[in-house]
Amino acid sequence: MNRQLLTGNAAAAWGARLAQVDYVPAFPITPQTEIIETLARWFERGEMTGRLTMLESEHSMVTAAAAAAATGVRVFTATSSQGLLYAMEMVFTVPGWRAPFVLVNVSRGLASPITLESDHNDVLATRDSGFLQVHCATCQEVLDHVLLAYRIAEDSRVRLPVIVNLDGFTLSFTREPVDLPAAEAVQQFLPPFDPQNVRFRASKPVSQAVAVLAGSPYSYFRYETHLAAQQALSVLDEIAEQFFQAFGRRTGPLATYRSEDADMVFVMIGAGATKACEAADRLREAGVAAGVVRPRWLRPYPAAALRAALAGKKAVAVIDQDLSMGQGGVLHAELAAALYGMPNAPMLASIIGGLGGRNIPPEEFYEIAKRMLGFAARGETPPPQLLFTERELRQVRKLQAIAVVERKELGEKP
Amino acid sequence: MSDAIRRMKDLPSTHLLGTGTPMCAGCGGLEALHQIYDVLGTNTVFVNAAGCMTLLSVYPFTPFRGSWLYTAMACAPAGAQGVRDALDILLTSKRLPPEDDLQTIVLTGDGAAYGMGLSSTSAAIDRNLDFLYICYDNEGYGNTGQQSSPATPHAAQTATNTGSRGFPGYKKDLFGIWAAHRPAYVATVIGAEPLDLAKKIEKAKSLRGPRLILALAPCPTGWDFDPAESVEIGRLAVRSGVWPLKEYIDGKVIHNHVPHPRAPVEEYLKTQGRFAHLFSPERNDALLGEIQAHIDAYWAAVNK
Repeated sequence: MNRQLLTGNAAAAWGARLAQVDYVPAFPITPQTEIIETLARWFERGEMTGRLTMLESEHSMVTAAAAAAATGVRVFTATSSQGLLYAMEMVFTVPGWRAPFVLVNVSRGLASPITLESDHNDVLATRDSGFLQVHCATCQEVLDHVLLAYRIAEDSRVRLPVIVNLDGFTLSFTREPVDLPAAEAVQQFLPPFDPQNVRFRASKPVSQAVAVLAGSPYSYFRYETHLAAQQALSVLDEIAEQFFQAFGRRTGPLATYRSEDADMVFVMIGAGATKACEAADRLREAGVAAGVVRPRWLRPYPAAALRAALAGKKAVAVIDQDLSMGQGGVLHAELAAALYGMPNAPMLASIIGGLGGRNIPPEEFYEIAKRMLGFAARGETPPPQLLFTERELRQVRKLQAIAVVERKELGEKP
Repeated sequence: MSDAIRRMKDLPSTHLLGTGTPMCAGCGGLEALHQIYDVLGTNTVFVNAAGCMTLLSVYPFTPFRGSWLYTAMACAPAGAQGVRDALDILLTSKRLPPEDDLQTIVLTGDGAAYGMGLSSTSAAIDRNLDFLYICYDNEGYGNTGQQSSPATPHAAQTATNTGSRGFPGYKKDLFGIWAAHRPAYVATVIGAEPLDLAKKIEKAKSLRGPRLILALAPCPTGWDFDPAESVEIGRLAVRSGVWPLKEYIDGKVIHNHVPHPRAPVEEYLKTQGRFAHLFSPERNDALLGEIQAHIDAYWAAVNK
């Protein structure tokens, strides 16, 4: 075992390298760029064999990725934010090709306003595409889940592309100790890609991704993709066990932290959940039985595991680092659907926080826990909360004041 | 090449593309594709963008004996990049025997080739992608009912230009745009001139790198003429100088056929309903003169 300090981006690149990917179609975007630069260096030095091709857009990049996977090679690619959205037509198109590959998304808030730091509206926009998606909270998880993603994507019961998500800045540029598994151990866990019947060769012509002209065949193929995505849940259990045998690290659809005997549970995805774990420790010291449930996989959606983990809790606060305008938190709505009608369901509250890299300090977690337990005790459910402090509002007002002064300076009439 | 195509009797006598496709009767694009496919052969993967010919392969039927991949409107060249890169990787790592290799072909209409797909096309040429791009140019978004595209000729009526002056823009010079990238090969063809077409496909097939075959595709439904006239209209497009048959190779443009004498453009325009407004209810001499002057200027520059 080789332990190194790696950024989340470097861990993603190491995942691709250890998976012995053949092909990397690439396009730069902050905060993902370090991944493709790292891989490009390794290809140039001959430390990886195959090819990295710079495309001219993410739309073309995802097309090339899926086309290469459909030709029979193992493919890795990466993007962020606007790039993922620029590719969105193809993100929705290629899962139906049933040509598996792995795309790492380094989450970053979406325009407008344009920004660089993390939230999850980018990756959640792919929710209904047919890509599976897994969310990582540590650099180790990034590396591990790139390897796991290939096993699940390529499994004959699944055959779907997978997005491995990590948070921009908080994880992409943070160095953590990462165990790099030995190449031989990875090769045993992840054998070479078997393209099965999805490949192009002269001796066996195939037509891929053809049109249908009616709702019935269309529904048939859409249902097949959906059922394959659902089937990935049991495949995941199997492969997670093999992963544990091979590398000694547990994984699964959910990560739970002190939630078994908790009264109050924070539900979050990604690196932000590590702050919730820290807050839970402090809350426990103060006598509040707090815990954290962190879904790793959102597609397939682990509804049964979430019901089991949250049954009997007094209060559950979903902290969404995303915002569906006019509706609220995406994860909250999904969890509400999963828990609806369940006996001994907890009070379920929606909190929006951490947009565009906005920090959620420990005090806010403490306050959320206190208030949510209060609502639960009164048998009430609070309206959705948008985290924003008076101090932040004052800072925005200062920016606005500068803008007004500068306008006046330019002689513009108010 | 010993079996080089020199005369009509050298053209392939076996026809590879299946029949019974949903293309319109008299489709000039399908006419060209039949001939192209006979020369290219079946060791091909056609990477297609949204357009009329997307309907060639509707589950579970295809007229192709080789392979096919539909992508989307903007990105067929990127699909070809992924396929070509993957084939190269498989060949290099000896996971694919050389005899299983495929020619990577992009097949799109003018909407993708002149417009939405131009960025991915330009980038594929920049990367010196080894592929053959076939554009069937029916001078409008034919599959959706012939709205104007960047390939629509000046003054033609379209579903979005129904007035007496027709389309106000000018047909974009895709040949010139390709040639400016200094690719391996660019050629214009038309199904109505099968010998010229076959020679060019044979030449394109012998080369490596980015290659474009730009086929004018007379379109009975979009241009409004009787399907039986398709071949004759194609010949008139060449005779009138509207569609120059030319090649770009080794940095030079060669005109394969300089029509002499050139038929007046009117003869070509009169065959198609999309230009009927130039002749009735009254003759539009100004617009007809402008169209003829454009063609004369083109050929004056060629003959200089």
